[in-house]
Amino acid sequence: MESSLLKIKNLSVEYTVNKYTAKAVNNLYLEIGHGECVGLVGETGAGKTTSALGIMRLIPDPPGKIISGVIEFEGENLLEVSEKKMRSIRGSMISMIFQDPMTSLNPIMRVGDQIMETILLHENISKVEAAVKAQRMLEMVGIPAERYNEYPHQFSGGMKQRVVIACALVCNPKLLIADEPTTALDVTIQAQVLELIKKLKVEFNTAMLMITHDLGVVRDICDKVNVMYAGSIVESGTVEQVFDYPQHPYTQGLFKSIPDLDTDSERLEPILGMMPDPGNLPQGCAFAPRCSKSIEKCRTERPDIIQLDDGHFVSCFLFSTEEE
Amino acid sequence: MVKDVLLSVQDLKKYFSTSSGKLHAVDGVTFDIKRGTTLGVVGESGCGKSTLGRVILHLIPRTSGEIIFEEEDISDVSSKRLHELRRYMQIIFQDPFSSLDPRQTVSNIIGEPLSIHKMVRNSEDYIKRVREVMDIVGLARRLENSYPHELDGGRRQRIGIGRALMLNPKFIVCDEPVSALDVSIQAQILNLMQDLQKERQLTYMFITHNLAVVKHISNEIIVMYLGMIVEKAETKELFQNQYHPYTKALISAIPRIKTEKRQERIILKGEITSPINPPDACRFANRCVYAQEKCFCCAPKAEEVTPKHIVACHYAKEINGLN
Repeated sequence: MESSLLKIKNLSVEYTVNKYTAKAVNNLYLEIGHGECVGLVGETGAGKTTSALGIMRLIPDPPGKIISGVIEFEGENLLEVSEKKMRSIRGSMISMIFQDPMTSLNPIMRVGDQIMETILLHENISKVEAAVKAQRMLEMVGIPAERYNEYPHQFSGGMKQRVVIACALVCNPKLLIADEPTTALDVTIQAQVLELIKKLKVEFNTAMLMITHDLGVVRDICDKVNVMYAGSIVESGTVEQVFDYPQHPYTQGLFKSIPDLDTDSERLEPILGMMPDPGNLPQGCAFAPRCSKSIEKCRTERPDIIQLDDGHFVSCFLFSTEEE
Repeated sequence: MVKDVLLSVQDLKKYFSTSSGKLHAVDGVTFDIKRGTTLGVVGESGCGKSTLGRVILHLIPRTSGEIIFEEEDISDVSSKRLHELRRYMQIIFQDPFSSLDPRQTVSNIIGEPLSIHKMVRNSEDYIKRVREVMDIVGLARRLENSYPHELDGGRRQRIGIGRALMLNPKFIVCDEPVSALDVSIQAQILNLMQDLQKERQLTYMFITHNLAVVKHISNEIIVMYLGMIVEKAETKELFQNQYHPYTKALISAIPRIKTEKRQERIILKGEITSPINPPDACRFANRCVYAQEKCFCCAPKAEEVTPKHIVACHYAKEINGLN
């Protein structure tokens, strides 16, 4: 296999407030290949956004702290580079789209200038050239270049998200982290934005980490998917592997609890109980207390990651071989 | 047949006055809800679905139209009668984080309707009734004296449901009750609501933008666009045959989980237009691929295209090959 663009190994992040320590991310492993679109799904508090902020080195410290791990981007450990270098990586090599387009734009700056700002920061070109480039980028995301001089409040939600996407892609980054980019949008607008993301992904050949809780969105645009629970990846594989043959009890439960448009079920099967408190994670598998298939071992030991099929990984004792 | 209808709404309108003109939030909505069933109301943000729910409950005064509850015209009831009626008509709000009083304990929030309506004689009776409801909605007794901020979203939504159930209502407006919840919790709440409906013959008006949820829980669905009903049909029928171009686009836009069912996605141009002083035309016309001259000069009337399937589109029959 060719070397991957981003490789996260054993990443752990904690937030400490007073004496309470929340283990937001625990021993996370994640890999993204060049030009690949990888989904990261999980419920609120699973640690999806924290992982993304970890890659960008944007975790507020204090209270957050990266406890251990390696984040290799093109062979270089991002956790060891200088802040100055990191600043040049953000926006040009790795960029991020946040969930809420309403708050991620500067309200008192023209939208065109906001796109230009990114260019001027990373590229050594004149303002005039940068403005031309910004206009071209606006057109690319489906906004007429004449609207360059307007302010964010003159745009609708879908248009604002397009501007944010333009800002993120204008320097042609190798990796785009999209944190719930369509959650705040209506379905018909979401469809427009997803089409746009699909189109740009091909044009720019950008790798993507798509963070979402919407499994439909993942199926729509991702090649691979990672399912996250209580700070760890419980299952990962290609979208076909995970969606058509989910193996981890949590993934299976997740699919059963979603009302689906294409099946008629009288009753949903919710996953019993609640997510564990990240400040007080169970000793063994974090999902064990809610798992109907849990065995003795699940409550005392953490399961390893096991490869089931080519590229299909699961972290569960049900699949460990008996020889041990 | 008539007796079966719990709530009937006739040509209901709500216009808000804004500095730039009249905002047509709800514009001539007509429907019935049968006792013990769920009517799903779907549409995108700004289509007037929440306003509709609130106008029906008199939380916002209506502009015109009739609201008939159990054969009683409640469009212009006295405040005394309205107070009585509130026992039978309740609401569950979307956001369990902002709809609960942060300074009240769980048992006070759930029990407050009892004191407002003077339904209990003494504090023992009060505690008993509160505990009964807490059991029904699945809240542990130990949470009685907790405050909302100590609880997670799923539990908070259970408080909201418990509060609405306290007076044993007949009709509940559920305004996006599961949108703020994670999927595994969402399933728990949806199941709870379905169980309660069966046990108590409750009638729901279920407002949501989530089509998968609405399909799961509703018997009948209305699709709204800019204050108007564009399509109305029984759930099964609506998901099999969509006759209005907007409904077609809406349903095709949902990202599907199963690939084999993936259909050609209809991407709509533009976005929802302003509901302020809308012209007398089809409000969807400027985004519609089938739009013709007629669509821009007169508003279509809701018509029954096939039995019990109502569509508001001039060309519903033509574009769907119906006679």
